[in-house]
Amino acid sequence: MALIINEEQQMLKTSTKEFLDLKSPLSSLRVLRDHSYKTHDKDLWIEMVEMGWTALTIPEEYNGLNFGYVGLGQVLEEMGRKLTLSPIISTVLMSSTLTSLSKNEILKTKLFQEIMNGSKLVSIAHEEGIQHNPNTINSLLSKQGEGYVLNGKKNFVIDGSISDYLIVSSKDESGSNTMLVLVDSKSDGITYNNKVHMDSRTYSDISFSNVKVDKSNLLSEENDGDSILEKTFDIARVGLAAEMLGSVQEAFEMTMSYLKEREQFGVKIGSFQALQHRSALMFGEIELCKSIVLKALQAIDSNDSNLPKLASLAKAKLGMTFKLVSNEAVQMHGGIGVTDDADIGFFLKRARVIQRILGDSNYHLDRLAKINNY
Amino acid sequence: METQVNVDLTSFRMETRKWLEDNCPLSMREKLTDPKQLFWGGRKGEFYNKDQKDWFERMLKKKWIVPYWETKYGGGGLTATQNNILNQEMARLGCRKPHINFGITMLGPAMLKFASEEQKLHYLPQITEGKIRWVQGYSEPNAGSDLANLQTKAEDKGDHFLVTGSKVWTSFGDKGDWIFCLVRTDFSSKHNGVSFLLIDMASEGVSTRPIKLISGNSPFTETFFDSVKVPKENLVGTLNEGWTIAKYLLTHERQMIGGIGDTDKKEYLRDEAIKVLGKNNDILSDTILRAKIAELEMNQEIFDLTIQRTMDEHKAGNNSGAASSFFKYYGTELSIQSEELRLSVNGFNASEWTSEESNNGAQARYFCRTKGHSIEGGTHEIQLNIIAKRILGLPSK
Repeated sequence: MALIINEEQQMLKTSTKEFLDLKSPLSSLRVLRDHSYKTHDKDLWIEMVEMGWTALTIPEEYNGLNFGYVGLGQVLEEMGRKLTLSPIISTVLMSSTLTSLSKNEILKTKLFQEIMNGSKLVSIAHEEGIQHNPNTINSLLSKQGEGYVLNGKKNFVIDGSISDYLIVSSKDESGSNTMLVLVDSKSDGITYNNKVHMDSRTYSDISFSNVKVDKSNLLSEENDGDSILEKTFDIARVGLAAEMLGSVQEAFEMTMSYLKEREQFGVKIGSFQALQHRSALMFGEIELCKSIVLKALQAIDSNDSNLPKLASLAKAKLGMTFKLVSNEAVQMHGGIGVTDDADIGFFLKRARVIQRILGDSNYHLDRLAKINNY
Repeated sequence: METQVNVDLTSFRMETRKWLEDNCPLSMREKLTDPKQLFWGGRKGEFYNKDQKDWFERMLKKKWIVPYWETKYGGGGLTATQNNILNQEMARLGCRKPHINFGITMLGPAMLKFASEEQKLHYLPQITEGKIRWVQGYSEPNAGSDLANLQTKAEDKGDHFLVTGSKVWTSFGDKGDWIFCLVRTDFSSKHNGVSFLLIDMASEGVSTRPIKLISGNSPFTETFFDSVKVPKENLVGTLNEGWTIAKYLLTHERQMIGGIGDTDKKEYLRDEAIKVLGKNNDILSDTILRAKIAELEMNQEIFDLTIQRTMDEHKAGNNSGAASSFFKYYGTELSIQSEELRLSVNGFNASEWTSEESNNGAQARYFCRTKGHSIEGGTHEIQLNIIAKRILGLPSK
């Protein structure tokens, strides 16, 4: 497949940009932050739903738009440029993706409906340590009567404080099967510890104590829990990389503009070779980022068996490049770059948080080496 | 309609695959271990062995020495898409290029764009037949990164130019038949006084002297011109407008050094590392080296995708972003880093210089050679300057 986006995908990208320019400029993040770290703008979310963004990846037989992940990737990239706060990562990129892999048709149909029409927000509660780890699950789903009870502790749940449902990973009593269950976030036995992070976003540590789960709320069958989780994470890694690609480009372009306008020693600072060479190096890294993000997005849509490798390439490369570019962007802005008045610092702070989600660059380089058998 | 095109391309791919399988000798599919295994042609050109001769002659008969040139110039007349398919199929089998010649990768593209029809019909078929080995006369002792400062002069003597001066860093200057040169035809202007001239190296007054490198080898020469008579018709393009051709040709040189379009088999650094260092619990025993290899291979893989993306964008009619300067910089940087890591992988063996086991220090000498990759064809720093100014639009002082 040619490594370019088609006309329809380009139109979606353009309309997303126009919409966000108007409704969610970079300054919106500051406004939400300054209002006691508001999690998102609810009116904006309703408009996003009306634009069809929650239906992009849902197949036609569930009344979705079936536009694919290359399409969603364009939306995420543009949102990355504005650092837009919205539940799209938790609800669409992660939860809707996991739902699409489930064989529980009744629950799937209902969830898709509620996600598409914007009536429910959903988060995945998986992490249990302080680093991403797809395999360590100590949360326990035990049989009780006709249903189950859930016990355990989860960390760093994206949008956990606002979601209506939580999809929780757990083990069955044998300890060998990974179980994915949907619980109502208001259920008895769930307690929240909501934490604001450096990127002005709220992540929740959540405890489950004897939370009742109906058996109709199982999203996994006996032995597909791990594979559903793994594929969800790979798709989400690519989506996060697409968001990071937008952020990287925006931070870079803002910095290039600054180099062309700021004067010192009577000349534009962009004329200094020390800054020109570092800028040229960043340009090159960003070109590489564009290629791997598109390749990985296409791999999702074409069901390419190389997805795990491409997802790790994307997440590793974007993590490293976002770190480089956000550091250089602040440095090249000089004193103003470390003031809260300047927006450029938001990219630095987002880079450090999104890097950690679903595995940082070190994690993914290690995974790449394992995939290549060394 | 589109379906028909796809069907045609699929059958072209299948025919090409079968033809290559039938005609490319097995030894011509092995990884190169010695530059002699490539056929450079020319008056002094010799075949390394029978397989190499067969491979060249079969490809010549098929008109696939330069498959994408028009047939009237000795090419195969393939479309860009067909040529891509041929490249992919050659890479799939690991087929070596049947003929290497700067006439194909550098002079040819410039001739196609700037030369007269008469010149094209005369010079290009000689290249595709491997008869003339071309070399490049660009750099001079005082014109390296500042190439436009060149001083080799060509005086107009009525029916001929009289060329005097010297060139340096002529790749394989001692093996070349003809040299394409930048010469000064006007001293009153820097960039607008340069012309592009073709010179037969058998002419009286042309001589070369090898330059020995840190690798101990001499792939470059100095080339001297002592009152060399060059016929007027050897001028390509317009007098004093050779700089435009020079720049155009440099973009092709950068792509060549960056390894664009290579069809030989990729050897993975990781395979060498696994063989030499071994594993502990399925993990390469040197974990620090493992992380460095993983990072390099990540960049290699994504760089290849970036070449593909740029070609796909080009085909779709948009030329966004990545330029030849970026490919030259990044491609050479990856090969340099790879050789640094190979030294670590092979330990004491890597630095051997003269033993037979080490193939006369092939690894150590190649490592030394890669240090020139970030200098020749425009240094890393020049490439970064070009990106900063032409692509990013950063200001001059």
